[in-house]
Amino acid sequence: MSRARKAPLPTRAGARPKVTGVSDRARAWRQHHGRSARDSLRRLLVVPVRSTLTVLMLGIALALPALLYLALANVGQLSGHWASSHQMSAYLKAGARPAAVEALTATLRARPDVAAVTAISPEQGLAEFARQTGLTGALANVKNNPLPWVLLVQPVGTAPESLATLRDQLAAELVVDEVRLDMAWLTRLQAIMQLGQRFALGLGCLLGLGMLLAIGNTLRLAIENRREEILVVKLVGGTDAFVRRPFLYTGLWYGAGGGIWALVLTQLGLWLVSKPVAQLANSYGSQFTLQGLGAGETLILLMVALIIGWLGAWLAVGRHLRDIKPQ
Amino acid sequence: MIHFDRVAKRYSNGFEALKSVSFDIAAGEMVFLTGHSGAGKSTLLKLIMAMEQPSRGQVLVNGSNLNRLADRHIPLHRRQIGVVFQNHQLLFDRSVFDNVALPLVIAGFPPSDVGRRVRAALDKVGLLHKEARNPLELSGGEQQRVGIARAVVNKPKILLADEPTGNLDPELSAEIMELFRQFNEVGVTLLIASHDIELLRRQQKRVLALREGELLSDQVPTALHSDGAKGHRGHHE
Repeated sequence: MSRARKAPLPTRAGARPKVTGVSDRARAWRQHHGRSARDSLRRLLVVPVRSTLTVLMLGIALALPALLYLALANVGQLSGHWASSHQMSAYLKAGARPAAVEALTATLRARPDVAAVTAISPEQGLAEFARQTGLTGALANVKNNPLPWVLLVQPVGTAPESLATLRDQLAAELVVDEVRLDMAWLTRLQAIMQLGQRFALGLGCLLGLGMLLAIGNTLRLAIENRREEILVVKLVGGTDAFVRRPFLYTGLWYGAGGGIWALVLTQLGLWLVSKPVAQLANSYGSQFTLQGLGAGETLILLMVALIIGWLGAWLAVGRHLRDIKPQ
Repeated sequence: MIHFDRVAKRYSNGFEALKSVSFDIAAGEMVFLTGHSGAGKSTLLKLIMAMEQPSRGQVLVNGSNLNRLADRHIPLHRRQIGVVFQNHQLLFDRSVFDNVALPLVIAGFPPSDVGRRVRAALDKVGLLHKEARNPLELSGGEQQRVGIARAVVNKPKILLADEPTGNLDPELSAEIMELFRQFNEVGVTLLIASHDIELLRRQQKRVLALREGELLSDQVPTALHSDGAKGHRGHHE
């Protein structure tokens, strides 16, 4: 063993600093994080089909609640649209004098909760009716116009309460015969939306739980595959955190992959329905367009995916590492 | 450095691996542990590694009582001890270099230090030229030397070896023993479990002999030979 002579190892037992300083230790710690992250990714890429399937499954589980959320957001936007375009029709009493009509119109326009008032005279109403029905010839012979004056009132807010207040005050005017404001459908729609939101939340929670279990099971296999390594690491003084680290990164990678797939699937879903929706909106003469995920929502989706991946890994590793003890 | 005070270990299946074993190993000593399989050698080593807890008695290693060692301090305790296994416990998914580097990476050594120390350890066991190889490509003796390099790379104060020459021919065994002697000369405390009687006799070091969980003798083999009356107790051939 002549080669042994030049070896400087080991020197004296005793005062040997394990690590030269705190900054070195921090650097080594950071480097181990980087190495764990790279190594975990490499291990996933070695089995591309299995990893893709896992990540795709996570993506679907995330895309479902995301799409449901988008559907609700779009319906909400649409209903807001309707509510804001919703106007009250005040039918005035027959024989109301033009001066009284003008006075009421002026009063209403002065109100802060009224955006616009359009007065339609009986003659205008009849002409409109004739044009829409195509009965121009027949209606030309009508001697006594049965239509009253109508005021189309455009409110400022959309809140049901303020609309109701405006309606009641309008109805109290002497010259007003009847005010039409159909609010029942609005209230119902809001209730349905709330139900949908609860449903989306419940679905999201269930699918999130399913994702945790799926990641946990996948990680259990990964841990089992590296049992030897874990044993050796524990024997030479590896802390639980050290052992856990690469698996936590595996979970994070799964989460990241799942989040990206979820975004892709969500965009795909939007693209699939965008054309029919546009046609439908067109047939109603609406300029409505589907809303996709905003920057903030995209970020939230990715964060949720990462957190679920990390948490699933944490739970699995915590449970299974306890079982692996050096014998 | 290693102190056993009336240590007993009974496993949950009722097997009593150790029955009231007491001994002391001073810093810088090189001691052999012998006995038939099942005599308690492995249990004794596991107690020192804090892989097992004694049922009775106390184990002190480098001044700390392992009974009072919190679970989270076990990794730090193990970092003071280098271990050489009979089946060397190398990882075949990485190179010789990475195997030896493992204890340093775990302990958080800066990478520049890791490279230097790993090469020094590999040089010491004569395998510097094989650092990039996979341990699977090495012979049994070489694998064992990689295991030794990994055990000493952290410059532990204590080196434990469980049948380190169990699978090796006499010539390779002598080489391994020579390595251990060199570590001992620079102050490392060694405890080597072996049932190779010939090897123990040649080494002329203190021998702890176990039989059925009890310490049968605690002597240097030459003394056994010059003093036949006592010698036969510790030596079964």
